Amino acid sequence: MKREKTLVALAGQPNSGKSTVFNALTGASQHVANYPGVTVDKMTGHYRYDGIRMEVVDLPGTYSLTSYSLEERVSRDFLLHENPSVVVNVADASNLKRNLYLTFQLLEMEIPVVVDLNMMDVAERRNIEIDVKELGRQLGADVVPTVIRTGKGKKKLIKSIRMASRSEKPFQPLRIDYGPMEPFLAKIETRLSMEKSISGKYPPRWFSVKLMEGDSEARELVRKHLAGADEILGFVEKERHSFESEHDELPERHIAFRRHLVADKISKTCIRPKEDTKTPLSDRADKFICHRFLGPAFLVGVIYMLYYLSIVQGYNITNYTWPVLAKFRSLVESILPDPGFIAEPLIRSFSLWFVDSINALLNYIPIFFILFGLIAILEDSGYMPRMAFILDRLFNKFGLHGQSTLSMVLGGIYVGGCAVPGVMATKGIPDERARLATIMIIPLLNCLAKVPLYVLMINIYFVEQKGLAMFFIATISLLIALPVAKILTLTVLKNRDTAPFIMEMPPYHIPTIRGVLGRAVERGWLFIRKIITIVAAIAVIIFVLLQFPGISDERQAYYSEEKEKAIATFYKKIKGSPYAEELKGENLMALILYWNEYKTAKMMTTGEEAAKELNQKFEEENPVFFKIVQPKKDRVAKKVNRAFKKLFKARKKLLREIKKEKIDNSFLGRLGHSMVPFTQWAGFNWRVNVSLLSCFAAKESSVATLGALYQQEEEGETLEKRMKKGEVGFTPLHALALMLFMVLYPPCIATTIMVKIQSGSYRWMLFSVIYPIILGIIVATLVFTGGTALGLSGLQAMFAFYGLALTITIGMGFVKAKNVK
Amino acid sequence: MKLTLDALKPGNECFVKRLASRDILGQRLMDMGIYPGLKLKVVRNAPLEDPMELELDGFYLSLRHEEAKYVEVEQV
Repeated sequence: MKREKTLVALAGQPNSGKSTVFNALTGASQHVANYPGVTVDKMTGHYRYDGIRMEVVDLPGTYSLTSYSLEERVSRDFLLHENPSVVVNVADASNLKRNLYLTFQLLEMEIPVVVDLNMMDVAERRNIEIDVKELGRQLGADVVPTVIRTGKGKKKLIKSIRMASRSEKPFQPLRIDYGPMEPFLAKIETRLSMEKSISGKYPPRWFSVKLMEGDSEARELVRKHLAGADEILGFVEKERHSFESEHDELPERHIAFRRHLVADKISKTCIRPKEDTKTPLSDRADKFICHRFLGPAFLVGVIYMLYYLSIVQGYNITNYTWPVLAKFRSLVESILPDPGFIAEPLIRSFSLWFVDSINALLNYIPIFFILFGLIAILEDSGYMPRMAFILDRLFNKFGLHGQSTLSMVLGGIYVGGCAVPGVMATKGIPDERARLATIMIIPLLNCLAKVPLYVLMINIYFVEQKGLAMFFIATISLLIALPVAKILTLTVLKNRDTAPFIMEMPPYHIPTIRGVLGRAVERGWLFIRKIITIVAAIAVIIFVLLQFPGISDERQAYYSEEKEKAIATFYKKIKGSPYAEELKGENLMALILYWNEYKTAKMMTTGEEAAKELNQKFEEENPVFFKIVQPKKDRVAKKVNRAFKKLFKARKKLLREIKKEKIDNSFLGRLGHSMVPFTQWAGFNWRVNVSLLSCFAAKESSVATLGALYQQEEEGETLEKRMKKGEVGFTPLHALALMLFMVLYPPCIATTIMVKIQSGSYRWMLFSVIYPIILGIIVATLVFTGGTALGLSGLQAMFAFYGLALTITIGMGFVKAKNVK
Repeated sequence: MKLTLDALKPGNECFVKRLASRDILGQRLMDMGIYPGLKLKVVRNAPLEDPMELELDGFYLSLRHEEAKYVEVEQV
């Protein structure tokens, strides 16, 4: 039996419920890919009917099918070149007239069309009555009324699709009357019919209309297929000119105008005119949501809630997920070869480094999941366009776009976002120049990973003015990002296309749980897949750079000597005790491991019952060791316990020293040292350099590296204390320069990859990495060297810089950029 | 002087007479449903005055004033 396959394309205007239809038809069998060469998502799925596999491709939602926008071009190319058997045109029944504008263009392509008249319930609620039969008769296509959201009409739709796909009789849809243009179209059609090489390839009527429209892609097709292309295009151009001079109207405008006229005529005959009803609910809601004062207040509230729920509450959830990750780490630890007294097997240190790097990211997943879920709610509810509406003027002044709002919120417009989804979300910005500007500035916002360094610095150097310093750092990033966006718009992006801000304000919807969860999972999964692989790769590289070339044999010998000394002291102390015999040779190391294992296990158990059980387990495992670990009242064991604790501490200290020396001596450490001549003007010493270098992959590393560089002298000393002790010469001015450099830190690897994906070029990717480094050095040097020269304190420099940034931002707002169309 | 859409205030209604843009703006306006002969209403301005919100035949669009300049209208 031959396996039959039918290709079905799903087309429709935005907000017509197209993706709901796609979900209803294909269920879980969905697959996301990109259209070749462009960043538009291509959703495909399938279902079976009559034993036939129906392949469904969800085309991007568009209002029209011209060559002006990427999405429209992608849709049209698909319909033209992939030969789908049926096009399902999803139309909003409550807004039929406007939706017909696209329907006509689909009909013109002469692929069998099934019109899915969706959201009939909304239409009914608005007292709109549609004569479905008459509509189908006039369009010459099957029209199926549905309420896909509830599943109503789905069966009939599926049946209609099947019928249309195997219909024997030729598809004869409505022919749009282009009025005074008809003679011109006829001439072009006749001219084209003389060309054998394209007859039958493209619908002749469609081709004529497109050429008359001056459509660039249609012209391209002529050039590709016809030998005498120039002659034909010249002929078309002449016809276009004579139409324009005869009718004082651009041919493409006339075509669009005629489509609207026909849509108006059909909707008048098929729709019972609605009675004058009161203003729709959405419009009444907008009275408040877009109100001059209430609107911005509501917006601030929404953004605050977004932060509160995802960042604050998401962080609380990590309290529960972190132990799981920690358990995973100890599981890995337990199957790895045991460490020696001072030497750690490479496989062990590498595996643990790897797990730690991945865990650091996995830990953020609850935050991202909540964030993505909330964003999906904002999108589905219809609030997103309102945000753009409210903020467009402000952003437009800086070369950005109202629709940059979502990206900036995700990227961390206040504190705590992530540049990866931020850059990902720029996809929706229709204005090319504003989109690139947005991509470039998103990494300047405060992502979650920058925050630990801020907190550390503020806790050491701005203790008295914590709140003020946090406000400074939270808002300064925007005051840097906005002027940078404007400067980019005026320089490197000067000649990029801009697009008009014509945006639909769709009615509000109550989001469905399925839709929201589905999107959150889908995006979260995409994020995990893309990010984890990259972070894993980078973790390997950084590990190598930090581990090698390692410490010299001489030093290694020195550490061995120190180790022997410590062990000898221990044996001397416990000499004569009954335990001395038990702890000889390899048994000593076994005790160290046993001790470690016991402490870790104990840390993870709560409750008296569990603790008892744990003790029992360890006692059974090794009663002698257990005596040393838990000597209770046994005086001999207590003495051994004390001596062992000392040894344990000595070992820890040795390990730390080795680690420090290793970093100091590593490739990365040497690089940090060699950069000091340049970075000293910004107030960075080699330790800061190393920690900044180490966070190229992920900024979370900055604090972790500093933690390794400032050794603990006493158990449990916080990094704040250690750093203060370790850096006597460090002042708040140093800290300020460092924090500002962090604001301007180049994007992490994951973001860099996303910049490549969204900008579609390696040059932009490189630019997004290089310009923040230069800018960061300039700003840090200005603050540190300038501040030192003027004798400013850290706080004074902070105010001075804030004032400067604010002045530049306001000034930049007044500079006018030229629009390119 | 010709009256253009950007000059209208919230609450004003008008008929579209002509689109004065020959480039993509004109095409976009057409594609989004603004064409000669259409009756529309200015619903409100954004909190910062720009952009403006329009009601056309049961749906709503937002448009910047500098773009609305290219829509010639006749006030009702």
